[in-house]
Amino acid sequence: MEFQITKKAKNVAFGLMGFGALLTIIGVALTQADHHFWTRFLASGLISGFFFFALGLGALFFLSLKYATETGWYAAVKRVIEAVAGFLPVGMIVLGVVLLVITYMDGAHIYSWMDPEVKAHDEVVRHKAAYLNPIFFWIRTLVYFTTYYLFYRGFRNRSLEEDKVGGTEIHFKNYRRGAHFLIFFAVFSSTSAWDWIMSIDVHWFSTLFGWYTFAGMWCSTMVVLVLTTLYLKTLGYLPNVNDSHIHDLGKWTFATSFLWSYMWFSQFMLIWYANIGEEVVYFQLRIAEFKFLYFGMFIINFAFPMLILMSRDAKRNAGILMFVGLMILIGHWLDVYIMVSAGALGANAKIGALEIGMALLMAGLFIFVVLRNLTKAPLTPVNHPFLDESNHHEI
Amino acid sequence: MSDKVLYVMYDDDEVLKNSAKQLVAKGVKISEVFSPFPIHGIDPIIGVKNTRLGIMAFLYGLTGLTLATVGMRYFMIVDWPMNIGGKPNFSYLENMLAFVPITFEFTVMCAAHGMAITYLLRNKTLPGMPAQNPDPRTTDDKFVMEIRLSENHKVTEAELDGMLQEIGYLELDKKEIK
Repeated sequence: MEFQITKKAKNVAFGLMGFGALLTIIGVALTQADHHFWTRFLASGLISGFFFFALGLGALFFLSLKYATETGWYAAVKRVIEAVAGFLPVGMIVLGVVLLVITYMDGAHIYSWMDPEVKAHDEVVRHKAAYLNPIFFWIRTLVYFTTYYLFYRGFRNRSLEEDKVGGTEIHFKNYRRGAHFLIFFAVFSSTSAWDWIMSIDVHWFSTLFGWYTFAGMWCSTMVVLVLTTLYLKTLGYLPNVNDSHIHDLGKWTFATSFLWSYMWFSQFMLIWYANIGEEVVYFQLRIAEFKFLYFGMFIINFAFPMLILMSRDAKRNAGILMFVGLMILIGHWLDVYIMVSAGALGANAKIGALEIGMALLMAGLFIFVVLRNLTKAPLTPVNHPFLDESNHHEI
Repeated sequence: MSDKVLYVMYDDDEVLKNSAKQLVAKGVKISEVFSPFPIHGIDPIIGVKNTRLGIMAFLYGLTGLTLATVGMRYFMIVDWPMNIGGKPNFSYLENMLAFVPITFEFTVMCAAHGMAITYLLRNKTLPGMPAQNPDPRTTDDKFVMEIRLSENHKVTEAELDGMLQEIGYLELDKKEIK
């Protein structure tokens, strides 16, 4: 069955974009006189740019994980995963533009290591310059973008071709390509998190940081997949998706929430316990300036899914999934907000019209692009070798 | 009270499922199925209720959480305040982070052991207990349905025999239970 964007969905998407753009303009007008204006403006762009880019990347990762493990149950929701991964090109453009402007402004106090003046006076930054310099930064960024894009295009093209020709040859090719992507992603998920997010707090480092960022991204992606599937179900699409598929997606949301919480705690506890000056500074700043938000978002992202999604019935209930999902999504956006803003602005960081406006603008764009991707192919893959298994999925 | 039990044997789980469906449709109550492995989808057919083991797991987990918290507070704060890495040793809350891993492990241990023991007790399969299955071959490659006459008042034994003849089976064994 072909998917058609309803008029309502289009209005919501464009409404969000319009309202977001309006809020952003109001935010610009309000804070423009502020001498932190550019830092705040670009940090806000980085937060929402990265968050929504990561949703697409998480879907690409999840898709290749399913290919590499030759999973069967997901075949009925495969097009949903592909559609979310299809935000990747748009997300890359937005994130790329933000990074470009930041580089042009010598780091704009976000990436202080890009600033030649900081580099001249700062011993630590000078020592890290072999890795953290604008040219190598851009080489890496472009390598990530190219790799992600090529894999995405390959998966998508083969998926559409499989609809036409069938057989198992494409399946085995996807199996190999899925494994290849995971190898690249294992390295890139860490290094890209260091480059784009961790280098904001340039004096600080944590080897767990990449996995932490990745866990947050995976969790948000699972939420988006659940919400999109539920939305399509309420419109009467995806007749083959039953309670068991929803249950499985719910379990993934539950599990990845725990993965994220585990990473958060591992990073926090080790640094808290060792209590070494150059390490604790990261958390001291966040606790001093963002105590409520920092622990608040931990409670939202950990306690909510744990307590509410624990039972089997809750994972099969559309209303509960929607509610918890939206809460987690906001929680993970706050997580990215604190990661970026605390490092870039410290005590001057605020959630105002600028941050909310850009988040809504990107949310509208994201919804529109994902829905448009859904229209481009049949919602159920026609010749997926595991489609029959997926149609009879029952747990 | 004496009771008569019918043990109907099959050599395939799908065939057993099919016969069970037909018998249930005719109003026969099947009290138990013995099989070498779990048969997917048999529960709704013979009317097995959803397990409540998950609820017990949650309660065991809570028990573990409480025990670990109370225990560690007593050991490390009250009875003999431990100074580790210069962390304040007079407050459980301020040291809570250090206790989380052990609390977590103890929660998981209590939940897992509690569940396993409950499961074995409930099924009467604790080590050393007499076997419950009617035929040792059900641990190998045979599948057996158990039908109790005391649970089937609507059909007579002769009617049941007729139904079974019609549906088919591999072996039929009848036993009197006192």
